[in-house]
Amino acid sequence: MIAFFQDPTVQIAFWGLVKIVVILFVMLGIVAYLTFFERKIAGHIQSRPGPNLVGPWGLFQPFADILKLFLKEEFIPARANKILFHIAPILAVTPALTSFAVVPIGPNFIVTDVNVGLLVFLAMSSLGVYALALAGWSSNNKYALLGGLRSAAQMISYELALGLSTIGVILLAGSLSLVDIVHAQSGTLPFGPLALPRWFVFTQPVAFVIFLICAFAETNRAPFDLPEGESELVGGFHTEYSSMKWAMFFLGEYMNMLTISSITVTLFLGGWNGPWLPESLQFLWFFGKLFALIFLFMWVRWTFPRLRYDQLMAFGWKVLLPIALLNVLATGAAVYWVGNR
Amino acid sequence: MTAYLPILIALLVAVGFVVVVMVASSLVVPMRRNAIKNSPYECGIEPVGGARQRFPVKFYLVAVLFILFDIEAVFLYPWAVSFRQLGLVGLIEMVLFIVILFVGYLYLLKKRALEWE
Amino acid sequence: MITVLFVAFAAILVVSSLLVILHRNPLTSALFLVLAFCSLAAIYLLLHAEFIGLVQVVVYAGAIMVLFLFVIMYLNLGHDVESGVTLALRRGLGWLLGAVLVAEGALLITGRLAPGPATPQALTAAAAAAPGNTQQVGLLLYSRYLFPFEITSIILLVAMIGAIVIARGLREPAPAEAPAGSAPVTAAAPEEAPGEDA
Repeated sequence: MIAFFQDPTVQIAFWGLVKIVVILFVMLGIVAYLTFFERKIAGHIQSRPGPNLVGPWGLFQPFADILKLFLKEEFIPARANKILFHIAPILAVTPALTSFAVVPIGPNFIVTDVNVGLLVFLAMSSLGVYALALAGWSSNNKYALLGGLRSAAQMISYELALGLSTIGVILLAGSLSLVDIVHAQSGTLPFGPLALPRWFVFTQPVAFVIFLICAFAETNRAPFDLPEGESELVGGFHTEYSSMKWAMFFLGEYMNMLTISSITVTLFLGGWNGPWLPESLQFLWFFGKLFALIFLFMWVRWTFPRLRYDQLMAFGWKVLLPIALLNVLATGAAVYWVGNR
Repeated sequence: MTAYLPILIALLVAVGFVVVVMVASSLVVPMRRNAIKNSPYECGIEPVGGARQRFPVKFYLVAVLFILFDIEAVFLYPWAVSFRQLGLVGLIEMVLFIVILFVGYLYLLKKRALEWE
Repeated sequence: MITVLFVAFAAILVVSSLLVILHRNPLTSALFLVLAFCSLAAIYLLLHAEFIGLVQVVVYAGAIMVLFLFVIMYLNLGHDVESGVTLALRRGLGWLLGAVLVAEGALLITGRLAPGPATPQALTAAAAAAPGNTQQVGLLLYSRYLFPFEITSIILLVAMIGAIVIARGLREPAPAEAPAGSAPVTAAAPEEAPGEDA
């Protein structure tokens, strides 16, 4: 028995499991309060108080919401494909949590460092399409089917620019490992009399903007929330879902937002790098940047109107894609020029 | 390859968590089903026709183009990580590769294949 | 531990591949194919081919299967629509190709067709010194295999043009028609689908 636990593979598996479970519960807590802050921020942007009755300042609202969802009656449309209908919510949550395994949170909290970490994230986000498409198809409902199909087309269109915008960062860092990418962003960059942190947002501003826009589109959030545009598609792909199954799509959306924001922080905002804090507390920088970014997500959602579908597709294919390609070539030329100066 | 083990574990934990939550919820929630409750939602009126209709060929075209550009993007990753060793040759190769595909992209624009009328 | 994982993924791969061809519902078949691709990717990872493993997921599971899914949803296939001669022909071709594949596998296993080292020793050594599998792929692909790589772009270009020609050919030549962007329920292809509902 003891020999079994001393096996290095088992050790890695065990500590991996412990860290993943910790991440899962921390994420659940964060998501619960993100829903609360989303409603609070929406309230303040629209000059109303937001939830304020359950507990002091409405702080217990998430628990009331979860309990309500947990106890809601659930129904399955009569002509739905039952098996796929149950599988879709699983697929909505799984990719987000799985890709969190490669996100370096702090110098002392890295679940795993693989040298194709960025590809793991891209692979998982490319699997995210299935949850929406299957939910839409299996419900056997017009709105759900339209929503699922639209969202699938939207996600694959923006995935291209998302993937291409990361190439510039890889060119600068010379690695696909997310830990290496964070290390490549430590130190400072001389900028006239100032010293900027060596974050890739300063050396790859175009890629950063493209990545951020695609992040909004990949998480199906406003102004790209056409898959669930209430005014035309009722609830979109999750129209027929209720109770905990609906909650899983909701959880998946917020987890996706957390994951893609974490990747943005890792790729462009220096990850855990930041001044003043000792190494053991540098993960606070990571969380600080993460929450600032998530605030941006919410701010955008409650500020911008929804795009029209043709505008959405045209923007992805005719604006973001060529700019991302040009950025790749320009960055390549710049890296070559700097290296041979 | 043990570095990939935690990713597999994360996958299993995620699936396990969702299954447990969904099963636990379905054990406690009321389920009083009837034909009207289970009919597809259509804004309150009776459902008209089947849901599974045929869609514009556009969606199919977008998926095909996505595959092609995705393969292009995949070629960029090994290029980007080994770019420093490849030097000028690597840059020229990639410019050539992207320019050839850009011709195809211009053809797409010309043929209005990316328009959603 | 590694052996256990290999056996587990190999079992998933075999079972899901069998279900792809044995399951009646095309959409479920397609999903089993996704599962097969993912377990194949895991086997690649166990063989230290990290780049190929992840690309397998990104391209096959994340792109090509999405197209399959679109086609199955779009054509509204609830059941096998083929019958008679076409089906028999297709089955015969399937068996033939399967036999060729088995023969190839057998030859490879007995070692008669095993590919030798096609890459010069110096290049392999340089690539082997690279820190990661992706770098190794990159260093070889963009030096020794430069020409096949550039040919790939031509193949992609041809595929792109072909896709447009086929997609546009199905439409009426009139450039503008009813707005379909917001309510894409109008069928654009002129040929008739067999069966309206699954």
